[in-house]
Amino acid sequence: MDAILFLTFAAIAVACAINLVLQTHPISSALSLVGVMTSLAVLYLLLGGSFIAAVQVIVYAGAIMVLFIFVIMLLNTQGERTQPKKNVLPIAIALPLLFSLIGVLAAIVATQVPAGEIVKFGTFSGGDPLTFGRAMFTRYLLPFEVTSVLILIAIVGAVVLAKKEI
Amino acid sequence: MNFYIISLVKAGITAGVLLTFCAYLVWIERKVLAHIQLRPGPYRVGPHGLLQPLSDLIKLMTKEGVIPANVHTFFYLFAPFLAVALALISIVVIPFGPEFSILGVTTGLGLTDLNIGILLVLAVSSLGVYAIALGGWASNSKYSLMGGLRSAAQMISYELPMALAIVSPLLLLNTLNFREMVVGQEGFALGFIPRWTIFAAPVPQVFSFIIFMIAVFAETNRVPFDLPEAETELVAGFHTEYSSLMFAAFFTAEYANIITVCCVATALFLGGWQPLWPAAYGSNFVPPLIIGLAGLMLLYHGSQALKSRRWDRFSFPAIGVIFLGLAGLFFVPVLQPVLIPFFWFASKLLVLIFVFIWVRGTLPRFRYDQLMKFAWTFLFPAALINLLITGLVVALTSQ
Repeated sequence: MDAILFLTFAAIAVACAINLVLQTHPISSALSLVGVMTSLAVLYLLLGGSFIAAVQVIVYAGAIMVLFIFVIMLLNTQGERTQPKKNVLPIAIALPLLFSLIGVLAAIVATQVPAGEIVKFGTFSGGDPLTFGRAMFTRYLLPFEVTSVLILIAIVGAVVLAKKEI
Repeated sequence: MNFYIISLVKAGITAGVLLTFCAYLVWIERKVLAHIQLRPGPYRVGPHGLLQPLSDLIKLMTKEGVIPANVHTFFYLFAPFLAVALALISIVVIPFGPEFSILGVTTGLGLTDLNIGILLVLAVSSLGVYAIALGGWASNSKYSLMGGLRSAAQMISYELPMALAIVSPLLLLNTLNFREMVVGQEGFALGFIPRWTIFAAPVPQVFSFIIFMIAVFAETNRVPFDLPEAETELVAGFHTEYSSLMFAAFFTAEYANIITVCCVATALFLGGWQPLWPAAYGSNFVPPLIIGLAGLMLLYHGSQALKSRRWDRFSFPAIGVIFLGLAGLFFVPVLQPVLIPFFWFASKLLVLIFVFIWVRGTLPRFRYDQLMKFAWTFLFPAALINLLITGLVVALTSQ
């Protein structure tokens, strides 16, 4: 059951990711990204990270991508009308590179990951909000706070850059 | 196997009740609005217009579903589907009553007990904006686009105060699971004040409740925040170009969302199925008393029927007897542990839904800039301060 769900949603995630690149209309691309994120949330859920799954949907799909869609709709951008190109060179370079990347990754996984430590569904139980909160506010408190300061700086920077007079 | 059968039965019942309730919510809303405005409301189809939802449904189903020229067909058809699918999902985490045993099977009154229940509600409601925004954009009409844009901006803005208002009662209840939340609100302080979070001992969550309700009005696009479908400016907003069942899908989604958020408010702030006062003081007799009195009233009115309405002589007593039978059901020992908690849950839910309709009949619509200013300069800071005070008090008293 877990394996079927994993394969289904992994396939959906990959299909949405490919669709994201292939689509010419910005809205279609943005929605494909939403598809990728929600299927990733399901994968987190399968691994036992229920809290991460919910946060993935709330933050990425529900807040960040809505802003993307909002801006695309506001500017009312149309799809690109590109002519089909006859240039074979990029494809000729990219395809072997892609295959070699997949080959290298497969080799690394096959040699580096011990056979006994492959992730199994349902064995991980540290994904509930309680353990998550404990870890975040005790052991990883410093990285957490530093990240929040970093985000604050980014927000202030964006406002300074965007506004002509403050 | 047993689990799948029970789940299927429960899902079927919940979906059926929810959709029927959605249809009748329209009738309730029209009736209440009409009485606020001193009109009788729907009256022609069936007694007191009770068959109006059915005839509305038949009308919507038999209408032609127009797909206008130059729309983005895929998204145009996808948006209503998405809206209704997302609106019906969140109900799965709501518990309607305590666990009970029937025919040797113990099960909870409600579909599931997720331990991230409230996060699921937040996640699904945050996805709901896509349906409206996409529907508005794909229609390729300026009014629809304006409606969709307004909806997206409004939902992002009001999601923040809503989430912050939810956090404060969660601090008191210490769980994200709805069933545990309601169980945590069991009992009575001083013997008669219910331990609901809205009356909770160190910090009563009245402000959280008010902020939550205001934000929820905006999230469900209801008056006074119904800018996405403001008919005086935008014809019908994001669903201007929709007709037939696609329009019905948006309509159902709106009402299903109202029901879900009222369920959340009931479970989170008003103690779910916990009674208003202890059973020792006779709270178990309230449901049969109310329903029985309604039955007796119908019997009396049946005997006093007007000469011009001869049919009332039969229909009133018949319905009255049904009501008395319903009241009798509350005394059956097997059904009592299910029906009485469900009655309390349903009555709180209906009170909140009445507030929704009451506000619609009373308040005028906000202007768009007022809406945004209200969210960011008042509601958001208020929710933050509320959370800060609650957190401080909980941290000081929980030693």
